[in-house]
Amino acid sequence: MHFPTAQAPYLAPINSVSRIMLTVQVALIPGLAALVWQFGSGVLVQCLIALVAAALGEAAMLSLRRRPAVPALKDYSAALTAILLAVSLPPLAPWWLTAFGTLFAIIIGKHLYGGLGYNPFNPAMVGYAVLLISFPQHMTAWLPPRELSGAALGFADAWTAIFSRTLPSELTFDALAMATPLDTLKTQLGLDRSLDEIQTGALFSGIGSRGWQWVNFGFLLGGLWLLKRGLIAWQIPVGFLSALFAMALIFFLIEPAVYPTPLFHCFSGATMLGAFFIATDPVTASTTPRGRLIYGASIGLLVFVIRSWGGYPDGVAFAVLLLNLAAPTIDHYTRPRVYGYPK
Amino acid sequence: MNLFKLWNFHGGVHLDGQKQESGRAPLAVARLPERLIFPLQQRNGEDSKPVVAPGDRVLKGQAIACDDNPVIPPIHASSSGVVRAIEQLPLPHPSGLSGLCIAIETDGEDVATAFSGNPGYRQCSPAELRRNIHEAGIVGLGGAAFPTSIKMAAGTSRKVDTLILNGAECEPYITCDDSLLTHYSEEVLEGAKILLHSLQAERCLLAVEDDMPDALTALEKAMNCGDFETVQLVRVPAVYPTGGEKQLIKVLTGREVPARGIPADIGIVCQNVGTAAAVYNAVVRGTPLISRIVTVTGRGVKRPQNLLARIGTPLSDLVRQCGGYTSEAERLVLGGPMMGFDVPTDDLPLTKSVNCILVAGRNELIGEKQPLPCIRCGACADACPVNLLPQQLYWYGRSDQIERAVDYKLFDCIECGCCDYVCPSHIPLVQYFRAAKGKAIAKRREREKSEHARLRFESRQARKEQEKRDREESAKRKKLTLGASKAPEIVEAIERAKLRRAEKAGQASRNSDPTAKKQPEPSGPSAVKSPDAGAAEPGSAERTSVPEAKSPKID
Ligand code: SF4
Ligand code: SF4
Repeated sequence: MHFPTAQAPYLAPINSVSRIMLTVQVALIPGLAALVWQFGSGVLVQCLIALVAAALGEAAMLSLRRRPAVPALKDYSAALTAILLAVSLPPLAPWWLTAFGTLFAIIIGKHLYGGLGYNPFNPAMVGYAVLLISFPQHMTAWLPPRELSGAALGFADAWTAIFSRTLPSELTFDALAMATPLDTLKTQLGLDRSLDEIQTGALFSGIGSRGWQWVNFGFLLGGLWLLKRGLIAWQIPVGFLSALFAMALIFFLIEPAVYPTPLFHCFSGATMLGAFFIATDPVTASTTPRGRLIYGASIGLLVFVIRSWGGYPDGVAFAVLLLNLAAPTIDHYTRPRVYGYPK
Repeated sequence: MNLFKLWNFHGGVHLDGQKQESGRAPLAVARLPERLIFPLQQRNGEDSKPVVAPGDRVLKGQAIACDDNPVIPPIHASSSGVVRAIEQLPLPHPSGLSGLCIAIETDGEDVATAFSGNPGYRQCSPAELRRNIHEAGIVGLGGAAFPTSIKMAAGTSRKVDTLILNGAECEPYITCDDSLLTHYSEEVLEGAKILLHSLQAERCLLAVEDDMPDALTALEKAMNCGDFETVQLVRVPAVYPTGGEKQLIKVLTGREVPARGIPADIGIVCQNVGTAAAVYNAVVRGTPLISRIVTVTGRGVKRPQNLLARIGTPLSDLVRQCGGYTSEAERLVLGGPMMGFDVPTDDLPLTKSVNCILVAGRNELIGEKQPLPCIRCGACADACPVNLLPQQLYWYGRSDQIERAVDYKLFDCIECGCCDYVCPSHIPLVQYFRAAKGKAIAKRREREKSEHARLRFESRQARKEQEKRDREESAKRKKLTLGASKAPEIVEAIERAKLRRAEKAGQASRNSDPTAKKQPEPSGPSAVKSPDAGAAEPGSAERTSVPEAKSPKID
């Protein structure tokens, strides 16, 4: 008898890129659900726009690079980038903004660097940063959470609002737009108001702020599930959250009139999304165990710095991008001790 | 036994054992085949030399190939018959190469040479026992086929306190050690005592995976009947690759074999359980290593089971005795699915190192993978039992930065395949690492060669300078003695001549430049020798000045 040969090992691999990417998208569901519940269905429309733009961008770039498009589209990495960007955008942002951000993320952030696995920067955050710098008004026009507005826009209303900039008759964009709690905090502190005064505002309640704390809970839930499935390295979220918490605690204890509580930091803005879904992007994160801890902690630290003293209300995107740059160096200096070498 | 403290090694993976089929069937004794084949090459390296010729009648247990080199144990005929040929035949080797083999046609009588055992081995010195083990042709039966006597000799220069018997069969499908421990527990335990005596070590740890209940029961029973205080049975978790020598040592003792070292450096010698039984048979019963237990399994074979088979039996014979191939038989693997290798044909003999014949059915094993780019997820690093960063090795190996890969400890990779198995991008990492190791070795050879040439050149240069200094010294001395009597014109003429000569030499060196560039790097022994040959006869200043001027080019 004759047999074909190949090289060992011969056991089929237990995982695949598409499965990982899909699982991460499933893990986004609780956070996404909280967003829809609090801010209406706009985010779903944004997800659709981003998915279509990402698929088109990916296919176009692959055909330009003369690579088959179907296998790459099936790895669902572009889809994940699209959704991560979409959930970071104001729910009623105009469609072209989302499309532009997504295309920028896929074309510049991913393919110009060589495509999947070769991009040094998190593509979704590249897209986000570009939008934030180019269209600041649109990017800061968030919506009031359901707890304040009493109702949230349904899918059809959100659709028309996003595509044709028209709202149901009783509403106007100006009346609808509202700064995020982090943004409010930043502006008001700049006006020399004390934290106590600011936090009597309607936006602030509970451990974080209305609406936002639920969204953060949602992403935390999904993130914990990913941890349990072993799909993300625990070091990154643990490093991120504990550094952010520790920094916030220190400054809160020193000057509670200016610095909000550590819990407020952990459950505001993009904290949980960043800690479990953005900073953990394998391609652009550190890959050694100790390196990941340092990487995560540095992001947490930077997020606090940017939020407290920087020019932007939230700092996740910029903190992640900055640490993306440092990841290879961190990896180099945190190589694990190999078996048989002195401790 | 359960109180024994176990340690952990980094990484590892849980694999589906696939051991039920072959493990549940009883151990069968394989039939005597019509033809026995013995490759002269037992491991990578030199062949041993045949001591029989075509036409010779041989008996079972008779040595048919020997070597003076202690690293090459002899080969014995595993039944009686006539040597038909000594010829090139395909070898059971990943390269698929052929090699010289002794082919014996059996006569069915199975007549053995007279074996004389030595039950009173306690009177023997360790050296005598080692010679015994060598002459019985015993090699490691776990798969590596390393000569056992050599491994035991490592204890002579180092203090060995622990003997580890490896019964942790961590690769899926393989159950031959399980079967051996179940049926021959006493031989294994007695073998352990002989090995202990020969090592002058105090304790033996016998490691068995905790998913081998039959073996455990048999061993416990045997230990209760005999006097085996020095042997301790330890259950280890069934995590791949616990059965790897370095990993098992870590699990049992918490010690790590130093990089580039051997277990004896930390007071440990590790042997496979089958090897221990073979040592018992050799020392006490006098029988050389002519048979072993081999697992024949997979969905491609009708009746998976363990066979006690003669070394040299064609694989096709063994498969036939297990009911033959099923209709879906697709691949033939020697060893396990993680570290074994595919062979293209069953027309190969069973050798001492083959522990499993895995006939895979349709889609039971994978072939070529369709890799995606590395997404740097680090799953490979989490799984690596050596704590390497396979993603970095892959990156550097692929971009041809072999030096960096070596710096990231490429050569500590044991090719266990854990990284391959967990990689979501389906990258054939181990394949890359094998290739990178090959490239690194080739590069090192190249470097050594040029280093060698450089050293020879430098020593020649130093010698020449010394000669020059000596010459100048003696010239000076002569001048001093002559100086008084020499007329000034003569001194001047000598100076002029010297100047001319120096100019000429300078020109020669300038002329020689382009040719020096064209000259290839010294690559072979001849290239190394040629400048040396020139220096052998201490030539005149002109003659030596040319190669001297070339020196920076050669460097
Ligand atoms: S497991 Fe595969 S994809 Fe992940 S880092 Fe390792 S080589 Fe890259
Ligand atoms: S094959 Fe090498 S790199 Fe991969 S897990 Fe095993 S030892 Fe580590």
